[in-house]
Amino acid sequence: MTEKYKKQETRDELLSEIGDYDGLKEKIIRMYRNNRLAAFSAALIILMILLAVFAPYIAPYKEAHQDLLMRLQPPSRAHLFGTDELGRDVFSRILYGARVSLVIGIFPSMISLLIGIFFGLIAGYFGGWIDYVIMRVADVMLSFPSLLLAMALMYTLGRYANSVLCIFGALSLVGWASVSRVVRSVTLSLKETEYVDAARSIGVGRPKIMLRHILPNCIPSLIVLYTLNVPSCILSESTLSFLGIGVQPPAASWGLMVNQSKQYLFTMPWLALAPCLTIMIVVLAFNFLGDGLRDALDPYLKKG
Amino acid sequence: MDSPNILEIKDLHTSFFTDSGVVKAVNGVSLNVPRGKITGLVGESGCGKSMTAKSVMGLVRNPGRIESGSILLDGKELVGLPEKELRKLCGDEVSMIFQEPMTSLNPVIRVGRQVEEALRIHGGISSHAEARKMVVEMFQKVGIPEPEERYSAYPHELSGGLRQRVMIAMAMIRNPKLLIADEPTTALDVTVEAQILRLMKQLCEEQGMSVLIITHNMGVVAEICDEVYVMYAGRIVEKASVFSLFDNTAHPYTQGLLASIPGLYDNPEYLHTISGVVPNLKRLPSGCAFHPRCEKAFGRCSEEQPGLYPVEEGHLCSCFLSERQ
Amino acid sequence: MNENRTEVILRAEKLTKHFLTKKKQIVHALNEADLTLYKGETLAVVGESGCGKSTLGRTLIRLLPATSGKVLLNGQDITAMKEKEFRPLRRKMQMVFQDPYASLDPRMNVRDLIAEPLVTWHVTGTAAETNDKVLGLMEKVGLPGEFLTRYPHQFSGGQRQRIGIARAIALDPDILICDEPVSALDVSVQSQILNLLKRLRKEMRLTSIFIGHDLSVIHFIADRVCVMFLGTICEVAPKDELYSRPRHPYTEFLLDAIPQADPHRRTREKKLIKGEVPSPVHLPEGCCFQTRCPYADERCRSEKPALTERDGHSVACFHPLY
Repeated sequence: MTEKYKKQETRDELLSEIGDYDGLKEKIIRMYRNNRLAAFSAALIILMILLAVFAPYIAPYKEAHQDLLMRLQPPSRAHLFGTDELGRDVFSRILYGARVSLVIGIFPSMISLLIGIFFGLIAGYFGGWIDYVIMRVADVMLSFPSLLLAMALMYTLGRYANSVLCIFGALSLVGWASVSRVVRSVTLSLKETEYVDAARSIGVGRPKIMLRHILPNCIPSLIVLYTLNVPSCILSESTLSFLGIGVQPPAASWGLMVNQSKQYLFTMPWLALAPCLTIMIVVLAFNFLGDGLRDALDPYLKKG
Repeated sequence: MDSPNILEIKDLHTSFFTDSGVVKAVNGVSLNVPRGKITGLVGESGCGKSMTAKSVMGLVRNPGRIESGSILLDGKELVGLPEKELRKLCGDEVSMIFQEPMTSLNPVIRVGRQVEEALRIHGGISSHAEARKMVVEMFQKVGIPEPEERYSAYPHELSGGLRQRVMIAMAMIRNPKLLIADEPTTALDVTVEAQILRLMKQLCEEQGMSVLIITHNMGVVAEICDEVYVMYAGRIVEKASVFSLFDNTAHPYTQGLLASIPGLYDNPEYLHTISGVVPNLKRLPSGCAFHPRCEKAFGRCSEEQPGLYPVEEGHLCSCFLSERQ
Repeated sequence: MNENRTEVILRAEKLTKHFLTKKKQIVHALNEADLTLYKGETLAVVGESGCGKSTLGRTLIRLLPATSGKVLLNGQDITAMKEKEFRPLRRKMQMVFQDPYASLDPRMNVRDLIAEPLVTWHVTGTAAETNDKVLGLMEKVGLPGEFLTRYPHQFSGGQRQRIGIARAIALDPDILICDEPVSALDVSVQSQILNLLKRLRKEMRLTSIFIGHDLSVIHFIADRVCVMFLGTICEVAPKDELYSRPRHPYTEFLLDAIPQADPHRRTREKKLIKGEVPSPVHLPEGCCFQTRCPYADERCRSEKPALTERDGHSVACFHPLY
């Protein structure tokens, strides 16, 4: 009986026990298969990004190209969505506007994500007064209406800085608070897990524990948070531009286009409808994608 | 009423249909729970013992379902019964105790109230004062100290042992014909485990209740069971009275299991082990599911599924080695 | 048995650990524990849940800071050290955790998991060297090399525990603390892991502390046994001595309560302990076991019994059974 332990699992038996591995990639592929809406949304977003990047090549007219003879045309073959009061092609302006909207949707969210991860990890891992200070600042940021902050920035700095940059700053400044809250709560629970204890017992240093063990396990929640943050940024930009304090003409932006077309709302509704529908479709696409990713990624840890 | 068994399961198949294949959790289980006795269903995790109990209670959730077989509770067929009737029938005649009492008690309702609720729904007692009196009596019976005060305690204010006693009180107060206990003492400490086991045995004797106890612990089986079924990979591999099982162990799996337990009275250099691991229920080995791990396996084991062969009176074993005898 | 085990490797002196609850109440998880670990032995710490055995294990290797008291590693007080001074000593004391499902980062594969201690301490230089060492460790704990790039959730409990053990022995520690390493495992797998631990201990000449609640498992693995109740050490004795002649009433109850895998033994009248474990927030005055003890008298209720040794068998009781 003494040598029994040597008769350990043979390879085949062990392999038969090995489960099917679902990595991040497989999860996303599965989502693609199971959640058609999310997959379609992802495709739509990619298409939108491509259209925005290649706008100068795709758009039939230049952004600010005016043709005063062709003012306020209904949709036609030459002008897919008609023209506005200065005879500018609405379709082309929507393509150019996508550049502003997507940049403002994607980058400030990313900046606020990075800031939020940094402060969230520190607050959650170290706790104590560091946590207290960071979280109180975050509370202040959260209770601050982001649009109001953006407006204030715009009025004070509008003269010196590009308006897009101001929106950038305002949105990044406000967005990190909610990210850091999520990261902090995940960190707090992960900090207590045995595998973090195990890493500590081995002698792994604090920065490494945070970056190697805690952060990667935050990623599913962060992806979801990010995809849901993008549309709210796009909406903020549109709102600011609609209110006339965002992107300034002649540059194109969806919000600005809605603003300019509001006087023709009843006579020439396509002018307002085109940018409105675009905003709606893009925002919904991001939301659906976020939902899909959440369903696909969240069970990861529960299952593990 | 004529049958000596309160519960008769015949050739039960319960499977889970997942993306990556069919999991045969219960694969042709036949099992009887005689009246007034404690029957044990023992096996390692993932062998389908809990799923057998859940099939009886109609608790098999999607993507799982009972594929075939029959479950007779006191002579009444449960398989194929509509949800509502099953609930009523089970609620009146069967009670279940779970492993972790904390998750089966509502954290925001006082425990006395929860037990009372069980009584009112199934016992047909409407007056609060009367129900309360019965609950306090039951608390006393299951050994809860200061039952009057405990009546208005919240679950988190009680220790694990007390919570399990509350669960037992809740199960017992409806005076069920059958009590199914799924790992009732696994979450408890040994000293409390001993108390709870004694309580269950005593209640069973006093009230003539039938118990099906599901466990992985051979010690618990030896301590309180009358009849024992050993399960492996969704099948019953051995069935015997408790003494016959331990004295005259027939199936190589049961033998290996018993030999793996470190004893208090011997000092071996190394323990006996069963090589390998429990098979994946999605990819069961051909023939006898135990043959890849079995020391005594021979050619036929991988080709043919053994039946249940009698070893002695009331002792069945699913192994070709027992067939020859 | 004690003569040839005179070299003390780790000693705890009046080691105390308190936690604060959310309501700022003090939980007395560990009270003035005195414990000596001799080189080469396996000391088991046994007790019911919440008795402070895990806290003891974690405080001993400074995974938790001690509230008061000392831990001496080879004569050096590690509780008083600064983190920087202590860091080099950390690799000498490694731990195997209870829950193999929780103690492995789900996002790291087997190679990274086992390589983590090696990389952290720069034991191996090149990636190829690390790989070789990892494969060697995997073989040592009985995991085929093919699993190098698999992830923890693809393994069964026993296999994960092997990964955990490989991580713990990667740095060639002097002391291995096993915190309930087999409690989450099935019987047949449990015996595989126990054999593995016993074999490794012999091959690597490890000194180990085995924390557990199952007295039959401890009977198999331990040389000496320390029984804890409510954060206090009740009894410390060589294994055979403790199992055959327990001196503390609690130990006797504990031994009697184990359900034995032998139906013929059940006819015997079991001595059952009454009541439940008191809360570690409000410790009873005097002996911690008095509320459940049948022998408790006035003295037990007012005075705390000290752990006193007789023939290498220590007990903290005014009315020892032997």
